[in-house]
Amino acid sequence: MTITVSPARIARSRATLEIKSYFRERDSLIFSFLFPIIMLGIFAVAFGGEDVGQDSGAPVDFARYFLPGMVASGIMLVSFQTLAIGLAVERDDGTLKRLRGTPMPPVSYFLGKVGMILVVGLSQIALLLAVAALAFGVELPSESAKWLTFAWCYVLGTAGGAVLGIAYSSVPRSAKSASAVVVGPLIILQFISGVFFVFSDLPSWLQNVASVFPLKWLAQGMRSVFLPDGFEDLEVSGSWQHGPTVLILSLWLIAGLVICVRTFRWQRRDGG
Amino acid sequence: MTAATSTAIRVRGLRKAYAGVPAVDGLDLDVAHGEVFALLGPNGAGKTTTVEILEGYRGRDAGEVAVLGADPARSGPAWRARIGIVLQSSAGLDEISVQELVQHFAGYFPDPRDPDEVIAAVGLEAKRATRARQLSGGQRRRLDVALGILGNPELLFLDEPTTGFDPEARRDFWALISSLAGGGTTIILTTHYLDEAEHLADRVGVIAAGRIVALDTPDRLGGRDQDQAIVRWTEDGRPRTERTATPTALIARLAARLGGEVPGLAVTRPTLEDVYLRLIGQPAETLEVVS
Repeated sequence: MTITVSPARIARSRATLEIKSYFRERDSLIFSFLFPIIMLGIFAVAFGGEDVGQDSGAPVDFARYFLPGMVASGIMLVSFQTLAIGLAVERDDGTLKRLRGTPMPPVSYFLGKVGMILVVGLSQIALLLAVAALAFGVELPSESAKWLTFAWCYVLGTAGGAVLGIAYSSVPRSAKSASAVVVGPLIILQFISGVFFVFSDLPSWLQNVASVFPLKWLAQGMRSVFLPDGFEDLEVSGSWQHGPTVLILSLWLIAGLVICVRTFRWQRRDGG
Repeated sequence: MTAATSTAIRVRGLRKAYAGVPAVDGLDLDVAHGEVFALLGPNGAGKTTTVEILEGYRGRDAGEVAVLGADPARSGPAWRARIGIVLQSSAGLDEISVQELVQHFAGYFPDPRDPDEVIAAVGLEAKRATRARQLSGGQRRRLDVALGILGNPELLFLDEPTTGFDPEARRDFWALISSLAGGGTTIILTTHYLDEAEHLADRVGVIAAGRIVALDTPDRLGGRDQDQAIVRWTEDGRPRTERTATPTALIARLAARLGGEVPGLAVTRPTLEDVYLRLIGQPAETLEVVS
């Protein structure tokens, strides 16, 4: 048979289906899409009026200080958490096996996931920034250099989170345990990576542990975008460390890709 | 059509072991184009392993396998476009409607059937806009079949398609499968329901310990057509049973002896289930009484 169906067309169709599924599922809507926005609201209301960074010479209020952490967190939730839980469930309930039995090209499946994450992730960040600016009066950067930094942080963070999510999806033993197995470690990581706390306030051993994982670097990169320049001095290293950030996020991306290629399965372990 | 493709499925000496324990142990099988073939066997007999090797889900340790003239272990999307698979489990894609799912899956195939026609064929027209989550078990199974036949497959695998159906839904489902078979689709059916195999299949293969132990039409399987009849009646207040090749003569003798009407008279032939249980080494109740 020589007639073939364009993998690109199937990928578009997959992305549409994935986006529909994501937004129709109430759990994912609240716990990954709206979560950073809700958290920002809670922080802003709970600590409203308090300023952070007196030493920087240009202190900012809590809402602005926590915005970069919420942006970084949102990226991880949408890429890592959505894929790790989603694929664990799809593997467990036989969706992946069913797809494998059709002529759908595997590349279209993964491109569909990428499309879904881009649409969901960018709309989440747009909504988060809009809420921060309009509801809490957070001043957003106007320099194009800062938005360029934002762009590479977003791309590296999302790509890395996505491949690591796909890799991690093999860890939960069943769909039932997937949420707990994925969400638990991610919450811990958020606490030690400077998302919920001021990173420099953490004990140095905990900072060192966090520095192994990508979220710390992603959050720091986002701080360099959304905080005034004076805050660079308040970082543990006294620098935004863009070079090491690119390096470490890229290493995680490559490691994730290698693990994916080697371990990805269309069927449950007990399903042969 | 060349000789090489005249059979839909050709298997020779198939072997597959898990951790040294053979699951399929030298299995041979031929299924002709347009045939409805039922594969029966107890859990753990190698049925699922065999079917999953044919579907391309599992590799094999040894043997030749040709499905639609190609080796499933080495076949890509073009080959998958010619087969349809209805798996045992049917879950996932919960938030997508029947119409959306059928439309979406149609996009995978080079020459799909019309999605609306397929939805009508499986009787889900009234559930078009319903999300998969809200379908009943039977409706969900119909959706699975819709997705399985959407690509206009030459060969359709049905793995325990009617488990959990009520009797009426099962009859409707059989009619659907018969109409597909009537259209020339080759069908490989696995089932635990012997009446289903008897109703649908042209031939039945019984698998036990990784081999085909019997292979014939449902009415001849295991020498069933030559089996003796079982005659039951009541005499002296006790139930009596006799196995005989000449039931009419026996009944005539009984009628003479008991003076007319024979109390509690019943004449049965071994059912497909009796034969199946005997083949897989489980004593069938009715045969145990007489032997």
